Amino acid sequence: MNRFTIPIATLCLIVPAVADDTADAIQALQSVGERSAGTVDARTAVQTLKQGGADNLLPVLKAFNGSSLLAKNWLRSAFEGIADAEQKAGRTLPKGDLLAFVKDTSESPSARRMTFEWLLKRSPQLEDQLIPGMLLDPSPDFRRDAVKRLIDQASATKDGAATDLYAKAMSGAVHEDQVKTIAKALQDAGIEVNIPRHFGFLMAWKIIGPFDNKDQKGFPVVYPPEKTLDLSAEYEGQLGNVKWQPITTEDDYGVVDIGKQIENYKGSLMYATTTWQSEMDQAVEIRLGTPNAWKLWVNDELIFEREEYHRGTRLDQYKVPVSLKAGANTILVKICQNEQEQSWAQDYKFQMRVCNRTGAAVLPVTRAAANSTPRKEIR
Amino acid sequence: MKYLPSSSTTIRIRAILALAGLAATGLTLSAQAGDWRQFRGNGTNSIALNENLPTELSGGSVAWKIELPGRGLSGPIAVGQQVVLTASSGYAQDRLHIISFDAETGETQWERQFEATGRTGCHPKMCVATPTPASDGERIFAFYSSSDLICTDLAGNLQWYRGFGAEYRNASNSLGMSSSPIVIGSTVIIQVESEAEAFAAGVDTVTGQTKWKIDRPRKANWTSPTLLPADNGRPALALLQSSAGLSAVDPETGNVVWTFDSGASTIPSSLVVDGTVIIPSNGLTTVKPSADGTAIESVWNSSNLSPSTPSPVVINGLTITVNSAGAISAGDITTGERLWQLRLKGKFSGTPLASNGHLFFFNEAGYAFVVRPEKEKGEIVSELDLTETILSSPAASDNALYVRSDAHLWKFAQQR
Repeated sequence: MNRFTIPIATLCLIVPAVADDTADAIQALQSVGERSAGTVDARTAVQTLKQGGADNLLPVLKAFNGSSLLAKNWLRSAFEGIADAEQKAGRTLPKGDLLAFVKDTSESPSARRMTFEWLLKRSPQLEDQLIPGMLLDPSPDFRRDAVKRLIDQASATKDGAATDLYAKAMSGAVHEDQVKTIAKALQDAGIEVNIPRHFGFLMAWKIIGPFDNKDQKGFPVVYPPEKTLDLSAEYEGQLGNVKWQPITTEDDYGVVDIGKQIENYKGSLMYATTTWQSEMDQAVEIRLGTPNAWKLWVNDELIFEREEYHRGTRLDQYKVPVSLKAGANTILVKICQNEQEQSWAQDYKFQMRVCNRTGAAVLPVTRAAANSTPRKEIR
Repeated sequence: MKYLPSSSTTIRIRAILALAGLAATGLTLSAQAGDWRQFRGNGTNSIALNENLPTELSGGSVAWKIELPGRGLSGPIAVGQQVVLTASSGYAQDRLHIISFDAETGETQWERQFEATGRTGCHPKMCVATPTPASDGERIFAFYSSSDLICTDLAGNLQWYRGFGAEYRNASNSLGMSSSPIVIGSTVIIQVESEAEAFAAGVDTVTGQTKWKIDRPRKANWTSPTLLPADNGRPALALLQSSAGLSAVDPETGNVVWTFDSGASTIPSSLVVDGTVIIPSNGLTTVKPSADGTAIESVWNSSNLSPSTPSPVVINGLTITVNSAGAISAGDITTGERLWQLRLKGKFSGTPLASNGHLFFFNEAGYAFVVRPEKEKGEIVSELDLTETILSSPAASDNALYVRSDAHLWKFAQQR
């Protein structure tokens, strides 16, 4: 036995133990639950991970995928605690590993972004190196930065190359302000922009109503369209018999304006439905904007409801995760108007789109197929 | 590097506890120089006693000015030698920041970021970091419009995390939420009140677990809880305001001890000075708890002392309110009679701070005003244009005044 045998053997025992500690600590962070469940273990776990130093940064980051948002915040706390301590101790972070993590688009977008921002503190040149290649990144933050660079380049370009830059920027844009800026520039250059398709707005609906919502009492009432979706049926409504009618919107942002396109029936509610053809089983977000109280069903399942009136509306006001099945999916929305008389309380409208978590449109089969044909317009 | 309370801070904490006893005699809890631990100070009445704040504001009174990483209407708090602030950033305002600064130098001691678990949509004038954080002297309790309540220790280590917006998915207001938490004993008290869902909760400061949760009127409400200090053997109570009025709640159990049912504003909050509760209701209404603390009796009502967004303050025997036109009204604290008015410039969102006989106002356009209020009139002592939108309320600690905009945090102190 040479004099290195014992230390090496000891090391062999220690290394897996450290790895187990790390795994156990990460597991504790991933196990935190609502109402402060698992907090005591999580605090201890963060201390364990901090004691492991920079070696634990990558395992912590990789644990973001599949973790709840609450758990991600504990993992974030562990990462920042370690990184902060390392930098204050004058040590450098494992830049190569962290950079590879940032570039790996299969990893958590929020973890990649956090890592990128920590790297930027010491390596500001990374912004120029990485951002231009992130136009279609799963992280909306990276996309936003990439789009901004293209907009800035385009606005500083005088010739026709600007149009190409704007068109390229549009391909990655998922935020309303950037889309508006790009669309205006392209439209000013005579290029048609299909904003509804870019965002994935649902433009064609069948609508029925009004049903009674006097004194805001209609929100919990189960009117016939909530029981059975029969588009040929006729029901007794608030002002007489009602039946389903087609309604489409030409609005660039998909706003179905019940008050203007039909009538602002005070103290009423309407149901609107549409069918969305999905290419496959998939998880998407339905994003809704409305100043009215609402309920949403997908394939007869009540997904969410909210009884709030006239507290403003905006694009993507509500983000509702849903699972769509391959084929036809039925979307039903209940929109309620109250009887407030203030000028700012007269809107009776909604806008809805289907997108992924990044905010990029997910198109139904028919529109996706149409998109495969050559088009002059830009979406 | 740890930023735990120094021995001198510990002594000061003990002094605070001793002063809490003095509150029973009618002194307000903020009767100590030093910490400013929550929205409108330790006593939630915007009064900073025993401070020597600079009344001649000028460039020379700016001790430091620090750039911030995100937006915020939240005010700073001061704990020992730390000034702690929240901010929010990102296109969706879903990045939640807690930042600790060295009070002496302005240097960032630590910053932690989290991702909002609740809704982050707000009116453009507001943002997710609108509620002011609170502290019990050992921990920071950062609350946001998304109803995320985050507890760290003074070194920034996460202690617990409550995503009330995720636990109660309708706990949001599409215009944004602004109610700031307060700490009473070992309970953090929050109000999460909107038309879609409304509750108040008491959260254990150490464990983050819910001690109690009570239903509240389902109406939009931007007011913050107010401290009714302990008095004559009665423990301290939390006053929860809404459009229905005011409820005095036991911070340990959530039990309602008494109610004021005449309605109240949903923006400016009540305050308590020398045992009198001043409520933004039908103008201003004052009540006093009975000797046994289980009921209240009316003192006076004044319809011409109606506050707009800023909460009322009391100084030199005067109630001070600010109306929507930027005019301040001074009323007699004993009768409610309006004594004088003084027009300042612009509109105000932040609540003024009262200290060493002066009032410190910051308007939305970023103008600072120092006003000396007397029985007969009010006089503007000095002004300073900070050139940035300011919607937050200032804080005072260790003879310094702090205020923030979306972009900067300022410290004002006497010139050395």
